[in-house]
Amino acid sequence: MFSLLYLSLIMLLISNIFIFLSLTISKKSIKDREKCSPFECGFDPMNLPRIPFSLHFFLITVIFLIFDIEIALILPMIISFKSVNFIIWWKISSFFIIMLLTGLYHEWNQNMLNWTI
Amino acid sequence: MMIIDLFNMIVGVLMLIIGVLIGVAFLVLLERKVLGYIQIRKGPNKVGVLGLLQPFSDAIKLFTKEQVYLNYSNYIYYYFSPVLSFMLSLMIWMVIPYYFNLIVFNLGILFFLCCMSLGVYTVMISGWSSNTNYSLLGGLRGVAQTISYEVSLILIMMSSIILIMDFNLMKFMDYQKLIWFIYMMLPLSFCFLSSLMAEVNRTPFDFAEGESELVSGFNVEYSSGGFALIFLAEYSSILFMSLLFSIMYMGGYNLSLLFYLKMIMISFLFIWVRGTLPRYRYDKLMYLCWKSYLPISLNYLLFFIGLKMMMNYKMNLV
Repeated sequence: MFSLLYLSLIMLLISNIFIFLSLTISKKSIKDREKCSPFECGFDPMNLPRIPFSLHFFLITVIFLIFDIEIALILPMIISFKSVNFIIWWKISSFFIIMLLTGLYHEWNQNMLNWTI
Repeated sequence: MMIIDLFNMIVGVLMLIIGVLIGVAFLVLLERKVLGYIQIRKGPNKVGVLGLLQPFSDAIKLFTKEQVYLNYSNYIYYYFSPVLSFMLSLMIWMVIPYYFNLIVFNLGILFFLCCMSLGVYTVMISGWSSNTNYSLLGGLRGVAQTISYEVSLILIMMSSIILIMDFNLMKFMDYQKLIWFIYMMLPLSFCFLSSLMAEVNRTPFDFAEGESELVSGFNVEYSSGGFALIFLAEYSSILFMSLLFSIMYMGGYNLSLLFYLKMIMISFLFIWVRGTLPRYRYDKLMYLCWKSYLPISLNYLLFFIGLKMMMNYKMNLV
C-alpha cells in the first residue's frame, strides 16, 4: 500500500549512507581561515552575496507560474478522455489550447518575454 | 500486500540502484573517452584494463577528499541539498517500465514530472546556501532556465501522450509497434531532445555551471561527498532522460537488447554535443524557449487534438 513510500525511504537511506561514508573516510585538516572563506579568486569577498538580483528572473518565474497552472489544467484531459463525450472533450480542449496560445502571443506582443538588462 | 511482494520489490529496487550507479560510472568513463578522442588525445587508459577501472578509482579519490566547513554558509541546507538531489534522481528511476519486481505506474509520466520539478529546488538551495557570488548567480540562472524549459518539455510530451491517451510508459511500446513516434513528429522530437539537454543543464545550455564566467556555477563550494552526489545525480538524470527519449520516440521498451543500445546511443549524443557545440547566450536561450519551443509545442498540441478528432470522429458520432 505504501510501497512508493518504502522505496523512497530506501533511496533516502542510500544517499544518506553515501554522504556519511564520505564524512567518515574523508580527509580532515585543521580549520584554517582561508580555506573556509567563500571562493572568490584569491581575495577576501567585498560584500555578502545576498544582494538584490535582476528582476527578470522574477518575471520569468511569474510567467512560468501561469503556464504551469495551465498545464496542471491540461493534464486531466488525458484521464477524462475515457469518460466524457468525445465531441465536447474536443471542443473544450482545443478552445483551451487556443486560449493559451492567445495568451502567449499577447505576452510576446507586450514585450514581456524580452530579456533586457 | 503480502510481505513477500514487498521483499521482492525492495530487492528489485536495490538491483536497480546498483545498476544505475554502475551505469553512471561507465557513462562518465565513456564521456571522458569520447571527449578525449574528439580532442585528438587518448582518454584515461592506464587504470585497470584500458582504463576500465578509472571511474571507481575516481570515486574513491573523490570520497577521500576534504569537505570544507564554509564560513558564511547556511550549513544544514548546504550539506543536505546534494543528498536531496541524489535521492530525487534515484526516485525518477522508479518510473522505468518493467514487467516484474518494480512498481507499475499508471501515472508514471506525472511522477516523473513531479520529481523533475523538485530537482529545481536542490539547485536553488545549493546555490543560495553556499553564500558565494558565483554560486548564487549560477543557481539563479539554473532555476530560471530549468523552469522555463520545463513548460515546453511538458507540452511537447503532451502531444505524444495525446496520441496514446495514457500516462503509462508501457503503453508507448504498444502504440509504436509499426512506426516510431520520431517519424511522426520529427521536429517535435528534436525540440524534446534539446529541451532535455536544457533540463539537465547539459552543455550547449550549461549556464548553471558555465566555467568561463562563473567558475563552476552553483556547485563551486562543494567538494568530496557533496560534489560526488551532485555529479551522480546529474549523470543519472542524463541516463534517465535518454531512456525517456528512447521510450517515447524510438520504439518504447520491449525487453530486448536493442532498447538499451538505443538508450546508449542517445546518451552518446549528449556527450557528442558537449564535445562539439559551444555555449549558447543566455538571452538567446530564453528566446529559444519562450518564443520558439513554446509556440511550436502549443501549435503541435492543437494539431494533434485535431488529428484525434479525425481518428475518432466516426467512432463517436453516435
